[in-house]
Formats: sequence, structure tokens, C-alpha cells
Amino acid sequence: MNATSTMVTSRPDRSLTKSDRVARGLGWFSLALGLTELVAPGKLGKALGLEGKETLLRAYGGREIGAGMWALSDTPAPAIWSRVAGDIVDLATLAYGLQGADDEQRRNNYIALGAVAGITVVDLLTALSLTAEQSERKGDTGRDYSDRSGFPRGAAAARGAAGEQVTPVDYQVTATEERKREGQQRALETA
Amino acid sequence: MKALVWHGKQDIRAEQVPDPTIEEPRDAIIKVTSCAICGSDLHLFHNFIPAMKPGDIVGHEMMGEVVETGSAVTNLRKGERVVIPFTINCDECDQCRRGNYSLCERSNRNGELADKAFGHRTAGLFGYTHLTGGYAGGQAEYLRVPFADATHIKVPDSMTDEQALFLGDIFPTGWQAAVQCDIKRTDVVAIWGAGPVGQMAIRSAILLGAEKVIVIDRLPERLSMAEAAGAITINFEDESVIERLNELTNNKGPDKCIDCVGLEAHATGHIDSMMDRVKQATMMESDRPHVLREMIYVCRGGGVLSIPGVYGGLVDKIPFGQAMNKGLTFRMGQTHVRRWTDDLTRRIDEGQIDPSFVITHTASLEEGPGMYRVFEQKQDSCIKVVLKP
Repeated sequence: MNATSTMVTSRPDRSLTKSDRVARGLGWFSLALGLTELVAPGKLGKALGLEGKETLLRAYGGREIGAGMWALSDTPAPAIWSRVAGDIVDLATLAYGLQGADDEQRRNNYIALGAVAGITVVDLLTALSLTAEQSERKGDTGRDYSDRSGFPRGAAAARGAAGEQVTPVDYQVTATEERKREGQQRALETA
Repeated sequence: MKALVWHGKQDIRAEQVPDPTIEEPRDAIIKVTSCAICGSDLHLFHNFIPAMKPGDIVGHEMMGEVVETGSAVTNLRKGERVVIPFTINCDECDQCRRGNYSLCERSNRNGELADKAFGHRTAGLFGYTHLTGGYAGGQAEYLRVPFADATHIKVPDSMTDEQALFLGDIFPTGWQAAVQCDIKRTDVVAIWGAGPVGQMAIRSAILLGAEKVIVIDRLPERLSMAEAAGAITINFEDESVIERLNELTNNKGPDKCIDCVGLEAHATGHIDSMMDRVKQATMMESDRPHVLREMIYVCRGGGVLSIPGVYGGLVDKIPFGQAMNKGLTFRMGQTHVRRWTDDLTRRIDEGQIDPSFVITHTASLEEGPGMYRVFEQKQDSCIKVVLKP
């Protein structure tokens, strides 16, 4: 009657996989980066040749904080995919910042582009791995258990089969019609 | 021995740990033959219940064979098969004598901590935080049972492990949830959550003679299992719970409502549940009480709300004005397991019910951490996991 598990996971003796742990690291990284973008968009913009784009950088900070919180939740895979998309936006923004940047800003920008490209690879690999693990565990969903009544004599015979269950006094809560009738009967008998 | 050990949020590992030993005269050691992953283990898995420590052994649904007893244990013999209730009870304190075993005043060895947290202490529990004693849990090869002369259920030879195992938690939990509704034959009972406790509550309400049992969930496999017992189902992702419940009750509302969901309510399209998610993530609220709000709103005036689902701390925006004006009765609490033991053992033995219907997955103890993920994410149509150490 009972299905036996045939689920295969990479490390069944560990609930957290390597990808889960990397996702958590990325979550904390997102929170830290997002906070920096929110608190110091001016300094960041100046360093990267993005002066005048403080509002945009703050919005990116909000996006990073959202992704970070999501990555630390029970379902990190979508959050890491959202980070991949965010990385592409970041790369495009940094490339835009190269226009009209001075030498120092250009150097900073190239470092940032390298770092973001690197983190994009980590994000992408983690997202792919989390998604693969999820589908590995997914198995057969929506299975039909309509043959499992739990009543050996059948569901119809089970209704009320407990008989006149005496509810313990401390759980009796309702003055039912039944009890009212009993009370009226007793009153009549007494009279 | 091997055991499942908690290391943090979503981090449970199968590890080697020291074997338990007899510490007190009323102790016993059992060799665990079957244990299960409970829905409330997921609250620990998600780190929503305070006072867990890395290294804690988890698990509170277990059974096995007695291998050693302390000097004061005279009613257990080596080799006897026993189910261990998840609530540890002394059988001697005032609460135990009243049948309130989950409120035992002596079994929580961290009672002073519980006094501070709850106002007054509750019973010790296996594998369920240091607020309830910090006792090692039963997802392990061996288990130390404190107050073992009182904290055990002897298993008749006629019963398999699978039939008996749930006498220690989910079956009496579902039963108590239904009994404390004081069900009458004219009652409509609505049950939120068709997980393992919900499934037991459905069957308990039917055995107790409810006229109609309505079950609310979103997973087709769970709803199919509920329908198998004769319940009417509502998929809250497809239809409005309030509208459908009113429709099924001639606009009167259910007489009795049972919350088998607890602090991690999942809801779609409801602004209050989205706000709860945000508040929980930002630590402004510990629990997500969408089901409580819905029950209070839809329950018939003068009705009963029964709450076996676990709540851990603070809930926001509870419409207490609705509850007060409608004269609702709230009944809740951890299960007084032994209060129901004899009655439920007899019902299994007589063939009224076979609780093994709920088991969908069986795995080894080593596979336990992976099965936590499967159960957590409701994958492979998983409803109940039993582990075999």
C-alpha cells in the first residue's frame, strides 16, 4: 500500500547541498551590496563614472536587498535566477559608465566589470544546479491517494462509528438541542 | 549511534553521536525501529521555533524496543515494543493527574526558561528545543526516555509498527482536535490543512459522527486522500474558501473549525498572507496566522475553533472583535497523548481505523535529511515519511 521512497539526492545524509550553501553566501553578498548602493550611491557613482545616476543605483540597491532576502528563504532558486538577470543589467550599466569616464574611473569600472562577470558565472552555475536538484527531488506530483480511506471497513461504515463518544467535561462547550431536550425531560420528570 | 542532527536553518545531517545512557532511575533506553518526520519538525527545520542549538538531535514520533531500564522502572521489560509519546509526563504532578499531560509540571528540565517564555512551564518534549527541556529526539538509532515508567505506550503484538507509530503524536493530535470541538451529529466541521494531522482530524471527525467534514488545502494528492475518507474538499488556489464554505453551509458557516496548519500558513492572493510573509522575513512577526483569521471570520456564531497546529510566538492582526462578538470558543494546545492512548489503541485493534494509510514514503535514517527536503517542498506527492533506523 505504501510507496517506498526511490528519491535520489546527491547527499541524502545532508539536507543542505553545496548549491544551497553557495546560494546563502550569495544572499548575504546581495544584502551587503544592496545596502552599500542604498547608503552610498554618490560615492559609488563617482568611482564608476556613473555620476548623476544615484537614483538608479538606489533602485539597484533595493533590487539587491530583495534578491538577498529571497535567496535566504526556503526557495532560493528563483532568487538566484533573478540575480543572473540583475547581473546582466549591472554589466550593461557599468559598460554605459565607461563612456566619458576619466582614467581612474575607467580602471575602477574595469575591475567592477570583471567582478560582476565573475559573480555572474557563480550565479548562473548555482541557479542551474539548484534547479536541477529541485527537479531531481520533484518526482511524481499530484498522485492519486483516493484508495487510502484509512477505514478498514470503508468510509461509509466509519461515519459515527466511534459511537456515543462521551466528550470529557472539560471539552464540552455547546448546549445542544439534544442536551436541551434531556434537560426538559428531566424537568418534566421532576415536576 | 547514527542520528539526525540539527545544525541551523534547513540544515539537518545524519551523523554519528554518542549513544544515550541511563541518567535517572526512571529512565529507559529504546532501540528505535521506526520514526517519522512530523509537520512540526519543519518549523524547526525552518528555524521558526526559538531555542534550538546546533547539535540537537531531532524527532518526536518514534517507537522501538526496550533495551535498558533504570532501577525505578518496574513496568517495562527488555524487548517490549513501545511507542513513545512526544510529550514527556511524570504521571504524578497536578496537571498529569488532571489528564493534562502536555502541561506536566515536572518533566521539563528547563522549566525556569519555559516559565519566563510562557509564563508557566509546559511538559518536556522530545527533540523540540531547549524551551521544552532540550531532550534528544527519536530520529536516531537509540533514544533515552525520561520518566519512562509513565511515558510509553505498549504495543499489542497484533499491531505492526506502521499501525502503532502514530499513537505517539499525529493520531491523538487529530483526535484531540476533533474531540475538543465537542462534535455533534448535526455539525459541519471545516478543517484547514490536509497534511498528516489534518488527515487524522478528518477521520476523527467522521468517526465522531460529524454530518459534514470540509477540508481546505491546495495539493491534489492531499485532497484526494481527504476525499477517500468522505470529506468534501476546497482547493484554496482555485476557489474562495469563505464563499465556498458559506455555500456548503447555507450561509451559516461551519459549526466547528480546526486549524491543522499552524504558523506557516501558505495562501495565495490574500494581502494579509503576503504581509505576514514580509513581516516574518523582517522579524516583525514570528508566525503567519492567515488560517486563524479566516476561521474566526467564517465560523458560525457560538462555534468552536480548535487549534492543534503549532504556533511559536507572536501573531498580528487577529480580528478579536469578530471572535468576541460571535462568542467563539478557542481550544488549543499540545496533545495530551496518554489521555487518548487506551481509546485509540482499541479503535485500531478493533479495525475502526488504520493510521498507516497516511504513509507515502519510507526511507532509511541516513536518507532522512534528504527526505526533509522532499517533505518540505511537497515533492513526489509526499505526505508522510517514515524512517527505519
